Amino acid sequence: MRFLLDAEQRSFAESLRAMLTAAGTPAVIRDWGRGEHAGGRALWARIAEAGVFGLAVPEEYGGLGPHPVELAVAFVELGRHAVPGPLAETVGAAVLLGEPPLAERFLPALAAGKDLATVAAPCGHAVDGDAASVRLAPAPEGLYLSTAAAGPVRRSLDPARRLARLAPGGELLTPRPPYAEALTWIRLATAAQALGVGLALLDRTVAHVRQRTQFGVCVGSFQAVKHRLADAKTALEFARPLLFGAAVSLRPAEVAAAELTACEAAYSTARTALHLHGAIGYTAEYDLSLWLTKARALRSAWGTPEECRDLVLAEGL
Amino acid sequence: MDLTHSPADEEFRAEARAWLRAHVPRTPLPSLETEEGFAAHRSWEAELAADRWSVVSWPERFGGRDAGLPRWLVFEEEYWAAGAPGRVGQNGVSLLAPTLFEHGTEEQRARVLPPMATGEVVWAQAWSEPEAGSDLAALTSRAVRADGGWRLRGQKTWSSRAAFADRAFGLFRSDPAAAEPHQGLTYLMFDLRAPGVTVRPIGRLDGRPAFAELFLDDVFVPDEDVIGAPGDGWRIAMSAAGNERGLTLRSPGRFLASAARLRDLWRAQGSPEHARARVADALIAARAYQLFTYSAASRVLDGARLGPESSMNKVFWSELDLALHETALDLLGAEGELADGAWSEGYVFSLAGPIYAGTNEIQRDIVAERLLGLPKGRR
Repeated sequence: MRFLLDAEQRSFAESLRAMLTAAGTPAVIRDWGRGEHAGGRALWARIAEAGVFGLAVPEEYGGLGPHPVELAVAFVELGRHAVPGPLAETVGAAVLLGEPPLAERFLPALAAGKDLATVAAPCGHAVDGDAASVRLAPAPEGLYLSTAAAGPVRRSLDPARRLARLAPGGELLTPRPPYAEALTWIRLATAAQALGVGLALLDRTVAHVRQRTQFGVCVGSFQAVKHRLADAKTALEFARPLLFGAAVSLRPAEVAAAELTACEAAYSTARTALHLHGAIGYTAEYDLSLWLTKARALRSAWGTPEECRDLVLAEGL
Repeated sequence: MDLTHSPADEEFRAEARAWLRAHVPRTPLPSLETEEGFAAHRSWEAELAADRWSVVSWPERFGGRDAGLPRWLVFEEEYWAAGAPGRVGQNGVSLLAPTLFEHGTEEQRARVLPPMATGEVVWAQAWSEPEAGSDLAALTSRAVRADGGWRLRGQKTWSSRAAFADRAFGLFRSDPAAAEPHQGLTYLMFDLRAPGVTVRPIGRLDGRPAFAELFLDDVFVPDEDVIGAPGDGWRIAMSAAGNERGLTLRSPGRFLASAARLRDLWRAQGSPEHARARVADALIAARAYQLFTYSAASRVLDGARLGPESSMNKVFWSELDLALHETALDLLGAEGELADGAWSEGYVFSLAGPIYAGTNEIQRDIVAERLLGLPKGRR
């Protein structure tokens, strides 16, 4: 029993964090939201170079995986920097397409970051259906490769998420895709991303209340402010072990518990962040908004809190 | 990231499970906050100790099994899952014993620990005073130098277990001229039946005497019952506070067992929709607490000391315990108000959780100031 990240995993996180910090994601996110994908694709290539998209892909298909713990480590950092694009969906696609002959055809380009993949959610929306080159549509008769996004892109509250419907039909890739397994990986990635979003919101808010002065003192010295932040910190730090426990076991109920808890912690941290920033936090132009809105979007992106609870009650932890 | 226990620890688990299956009383013992129940729980400690199950993490020479943290966690999981009785010696085992291991003398350990392990001597804590609660360093009870020891004068209150316990430990002001409130304090052990001690039991919310006021009128304490150096009591007491808030006071096994019982109750009631989310959240929170503790234990095994993160533990488990019990009472409907229900005493106990061992407000201050780096301000 040793339930800690090892030195290599920690340094993987640190190097990703340094790279993403240097990249300055807010400008990339805003461009992405306008449908200008160049900056985002360049960033995607660098994330792929770091090996992130290979973590769910076996070595024989150009990946490094499967490494769910490292994937969780990486996605915490992607969330911390609010990286745009169909991140969890690309991971899910690698699992959906993980059997030969589909694996040879699709996985190397996914692992290398040459292809961005999206997967239509049960509601029909596919995140970044316009930017993704591999568009997967699960249907009762099997998994389709859709030829195009159909209809106008709809805006999410999170400007980085461009929601499109996929053109119906296309190529039937397999009648029996491993959908449940793929959903588990997508949820794990989403949970990690949400945790990263929450940690970034907490850091930014702590920095804000330390420098913002009212009544002649910094507002971070007020107990009402401190206690909200202490609660946010506690919620996030208790979501973290659920995330890594889920990565170790990959049991659907554990992953659902991690997703629920990380998303709830991120969302309540977002509420605290918004409140403690005051009016400036309520503006689209202030970069905090990029994290605030993502916390809300991730909460229901791949399984609502109620769906996660159902799994926990049905299967146990 | 490895959550598997070693084969040796799994063997230990099997041995503990088998012993507990054979020994745990089939009907629950009477409340340990009654005279009859206290005696029954004391006998249970003796039964545990007879087969060296009462203090598994202690060295063998004091009655333990030298169990490391992972094995202790395993034992706790088995203990609470078996529905075994509450631990009447908890104050001594989780607060005084770690203090003695760290700051006591070998003579003190040899004298104090073995009878603690068997329940022959049950310890009460004596921290709070009428005017020193959250602000513990404001305490005014005196330890005055005497020939061969100290004389205690003053009043302690909210002293858990003191109504029926044998001895107590706490902080006393030995140097009233010290520059700071937390200086000039001395950590002492004393006999609750010594001349000059008056114990006035206090009825908890349900009327049971779970704690007491202590009036100390020139109570003699020999030098051998001072822990550490006189005047160094604050530092010594605080080094064990992390235990009280965190790892060793409330083990994950307790909450895993309570959450499983809650799920069973919910199912037995026909899985009502109104409680579905709360039952699921209790199961998840208990698992989160278990994994958080495994992670903390792993850091301790790596040589780290637990610091202010224990304050997050304390807020988390106390709120989880309350939520668990409130959900159970709600599931019981109109029967939830009955004082002798299966969840009633646990509920009453859980109500105290956010208050004792440093209120949750104090813990949040610690999290904000020491983990997040926010400035000190008015409390």
